[in-house]
Amino acid sequence: MPKPQIKKLRVGWFSFTCCEDSTIVFTELLNENWEAWKKLIDFRHARILQTKNVLDEMDVAFVEGAISSPEQAEKLKKIRSLSTMLVAIGACAVIGLPSSQRNDFDEKTKEEIEFILTRFNHLDRVQPLKELVKVDVEIPGCPMDEKKFLATVDLALKKFKII
Amino acid sequence: MHQVDLSLTEITKVEGSASLDIKVDNGKVEKCQFSIKEFKRFYTQAMRGKAYASLPQLLARICGTCSNAHLMCSIESCENALGIEPTPQSQILKELTMSGLMIRDHALHLYLFSLPDIYKLDAFLKFDESDPEQHQLLHDAFDIKAAGNYLATIVAGRSVHAIYPTIGGFIKVPNAAESAEAIKKMKAVRPAVLRLIKIFEKCDFKLDVQALPTALVSDPFGFLHGVIKGGKNNVIKKEDYPNHLDHVVLPYSQASAYKHQGEAFMVGALPRINLSKQSLHKQTQKDAASALKLFPSKNIYHNNLAQAIEILHCIDSSIEILKNTKFKKEPLVKPTRKSGTGIGVVEAPRGTLYHKVEIGEDGKVIKGEIVVPTGQNQISIELDLRKKLEELIPGDATKEDIAFEMEKLIRAYDPCMSCAAHFLKVNWL
Repeated sequence: MPKPQIKKLRVGWFSFTCCEDSTIVFTELLNENWEAWKKLIDFRHARILQTKNVLDEMDVAFVEGAISSPEQAEKLKKIRSLSTMLVAIGACAVIGLPSSQRNDFDEKTKEEIEFILTRFNHLDRVQPLKELVKVDVEIPGCPMDEKKFLATVDLALKKFKII
Repeated sequence: MHQVDLSLTEITKVEGSASLDIKVDNGKVEKCQFSIKEFKRFYTQAMRGKAYASLPQLLARICGTCSNAHLMCSIESCENALGIEPTPQSQILKELTMSGLMIRDHALHLYLFSLPDIYKLDAFLKFDESDPEQHQLLHDAFDIKAAGNYLATIVAGRSVHAIYPTIGGFIKVPNAAESAEAIKKMKAVRPAVLRLIKIFEKCDFKLDVQALPTALVSDPFGFLHGVIKGGKNNVIKKEDYPNHLDHVVLPYSQASAYKHQGEAFMVGALPRINLSKQSLHKQTQKDAASALKLFPSKNIYHNNLAQAIEILHCIDSSIEILKNTKFKKEPLVKPTRKSGTGIGVVEAPRGTLYHKVEIGEDGKVIKGEIVVPTGQNQISIELDLRKKLEELIPGDATKEDIAFEMEKLIRAYDPCMSCAAHFLKVNWL
């Protein structure tokens, strides 16, 4: 008899423009939760954890950071199209700040940074995720609120009938 | 391989986003470009006009993993600008904050990023729990990280973007029960740290760094005080550091790179242990004696071993401090002047971090400057990647082998792209 395939939650973890503090909080939450999550979660895409990443269908995509370039916007839309549930994690993903602070610079400061924006093809404005795609759950905080994150993981595990 | 055209668009198991482009034509390296792909967030511009009291918390957001190093450095620069002399207790709490940071940040890098390279596995979480050695390492990793996290939490409020340290002191201090618990946790993970040191001591990866080592050097070993030693036997005062750095623009990278008097240099754990191993905690020197014999070392993979030794030092020194110190709540030290220019230099996990701030009479930041470790290492990383590539080309390495070796080498430097792309270099007039 072949061993029955255990269903795991298919998760993607993505970072755009930010300081990646929520990723670090996630690696700290692993301290208490790694044994459970190793059994329950299939990390399809998580640059922080592994080299072999696959961008395919996901139950949940956790997305950190604000959107700074057309390429990032396209990637975010692709992630949205492949995920059933998209969770914005941390302040930059939820409200744009502090990564979007340049949106509010005065004209003189904007002129000072203009050549960088042009050279690296930045968007005119840095945007939070919800301005570009539908966001199902928001976990605010700088870094993200740990309790709300754990509750969201629990909710997803139940919603996708993993537990 | 005589023809290689390789583009690694997403370097993995590192902090932040970076890429590498390689072109080998007829056995000759035509291109080897390490680019930092993070989009700038312009903190150097954003800090202008802000109330100085808000500056340390703002600049902590440059980086998630080393946020507490930015916090310590920004606090030091503001205290320096306003003539604030931190109390002896605040100095101790700053040391403990840095130790908590080093323990959890180095453990993250060593176990989750670097150890899979030694065990030839793709991810640390794919280590086999039914294998006794790998099972032990899984537990060791998260226990050590948790001990560092706990130390940071009782001393600084949390391990990412800490909330207790502020300009003039700490708004809360650890109580006796918390200190006792931290000692217990750190003592419990000490054998795991010794196992980790042994693994990296035995690891036979080798490539000699071509750049010169640079670090803030102090006795006893620490991350906040001393003078900068580096380059060709230079001893540099903290406040003179930027005068010794030449800004280099790499047009393909979103970060600023630096040379030291025209030469590539390296910052981080390897230079720290090379320059100050004799100042480590006595217990660390005793229990890591065999590993410490390998230093001074030029081997970049000994950066991993140096980080493991630093974890042990941070545990040993923190246990001693917590055992001998009874903390009491103190009022914050008030500024002795309204305006001024201040410098902060600390050793962040990845190397020397520099903050400069100019505060005006109205209490607002006029301007500032920040130099981060990964920017300083960028040229050294590229030099070593090219050297490794030249070693690999004549052999029978496949494209996959080359990609793996390149990523392994980048990981040994433990770069932090979030830090490196936080700002736009401006000329300080």
